[in-house]
Amino acid sequence: MNKQDMLLRTPLLVRFCHVFIVILFILTALSGLSLFFPSIKAFGLVLGTPQLVRELHPFLGGIVFILLMFMLIRLAHHNIPNRDDVRWLKHINRIIAGKEPEDIPIGKYNAGQKILFWCIMSLITVLMITGIIMWRRYFAQYFPIDILRLAIFFHSLAAIGLILLIIGHAYMAFWVKGSVKGMISGYVSRAWARKNHSKWYHDEMNKIYLEEQKTKQAQSNVQQNSQ
Amino acid sequence: MSLQTQDIIKRSATNRLTPAPKAREFQQEVAKLIDVTTCIGCKACQVACSEWNDLRAEISDTVGVYDNPRDLAPKAWTVMRYSEVEVDGHFQWLIRKDGCMHCSDPGCLKSCPAEGAIIQYANGIVDFQSEHCIGCGYCVAGCPFNIPRISKEDNRAYKCTLCVDRIAVGQEPACVKTCPTGAIHFGTKEDMITYADERIVDLKNRGFQNAGLYNPQQVGGTHVMYVLHHANQPSLYHGLPNNPHISEIVKFWKGAWKPISAAAFVATFAGLVFHYMAVGPIEVEEDDVEREKEFEHQARKAFHAKNAKTTSTIIEENRHE
Repeated sequence: MNKQDMLLRTPLLVRFCHVFIVILFILTALSGLSLFFPSIKAFGLVLGTPQLVRELHPFLGGIVFILLMFMLIRLAHHNIPNRDDVRWLKHINRIIAGKEPEDIPIGKYNAGQKILFWCIMSLITVLMITGIIMWRRYFAQYFPIDILRLAIFFHSLAAIGLILLIIGHAYMAFWVKGSVKGMISGYVSRAWARKNHSKWYHDEMNKIYLEEQKTKQAQSNVQQNSQ
Repeated sequence: MSLQTQDIIKRSATNRLTPAPKAREFQQEVAKLIDVTTCIGCKACQVACSEWNDLRAEISDTVGVYDNPRDLAPKAWTVMRYSEVEVDGHFQWLIRKDGCMHCSDPGCLKSCPAEGAIIQYANGIVDFQSEHCIGCGYCVAGCPFNIPRISKEDNRAYKCTLCVDRIAVGQEPACVKTCPTGAIHFGTKEDMITYADERIVDLKNRGFQNAGLYNPQQVGGTHVMYVLHHANQPSLYHGLPNNPHISEIVKFWKGAWKPISAAAFVATFAGLVFHYMAVGPIEVEEDDVEREKEFEHQARKAFHAKNAKTTSTIIEENRHE
């Protein structure tokens, strides 16, 4: 497909940031799971020895947090809920069954993606705060023992929640064909955009038409002036 | 660990399906009995502990009480605690040797995520296996007595071993050996309880109506026990917990929460596989591409028609001026 029929969905910087989050999140999640389920010790091997897991896990998690905060700044304005989201949510059963009603305008992200976005942002914040409290090497000594115990528990709660959501997120990308390609190359086909994100498609196409208009006008102005 | 004991009854972060070597588990439970009523606070036990275990705690400073070092530390596994309290209108100076209690149900071992970093021997001793320790500090959260300390030098947890190496060869712990007043006793747990009972009768006869044994059952009993003159108020003795127990939140985190989250993972994976097979992928079909092309063609026309009109009107207006 040539680029003419494609729309830029994710700019290079965001894509780059996303791929770093993917890699670091996998390492952090697996090493964290090896601490939560000691029986699946193999998950910890991604970072080497169990001692290295303890040492590196919090740093990697911290980097994921920082990268996600960058994502928050870049993407928050696309994720503000609106009235169409309510309609979308009302049809959630049909949407999950793959029979999405065509008449619901969907912006850059649909209601499900928006919910996921805000869940990810809040859970990573919980993980960062509780993670700092329980970080024995540097911070744990400054917190009372009751707070420490709560932090450890809520860290595991938020972590399990986030990992499950991310599994769902990855599945959705796998389910809706063309999404993964879009996240890697940045471009999606116009047909994909119209099918899955109709309102975003219209907005993007109008931008293109407006560009064309301007170019035409500029051309005709030049012609008029020369006459 | 090269010297094997083969009498390990609990091993951290391992499954009950795969028990530790325990062929020689036939052993009597041992206990250390600390009779605080005959302790004079000389700190010989602290010195003996440092000497036997070859520890050199950092030299601390005086803070107005005799406590020194001020707290337990990776290199100070036992510390004398001095409390000046008033009981029934009488001033009392209570001295307690603080250190690991060697619980029957150890919160540290329950919390530990490192395989074999904390083990419990058949004789009741709870021992840290430092080479397996990862330094996460979960044992600190699990302990009801605030005992484990993590070293900033090597990120390993340390605490009293009950001189497991001495006991293994039939000797008493170093602190017991050295105590000049005989306030620290060592033997089978049964014998220690019997001896404590005699002491308590004696103390009661001498006016300490609330004398008693500190062997808290909420942690399954301990293998370090105290004879207290005020057993009804353990907290008088520098905050010895009145009701020591593994925190409920730690129990849930290490208990029900694990199978619940494992089930959540299984349900999620099963659900997704089912969904993909039942619903199938959402793909952009040939049809979608054609429809988009057609739609786009009309949309472009409509857009330009609408805007061309406005542009021509603007030009028109300009002419009039």
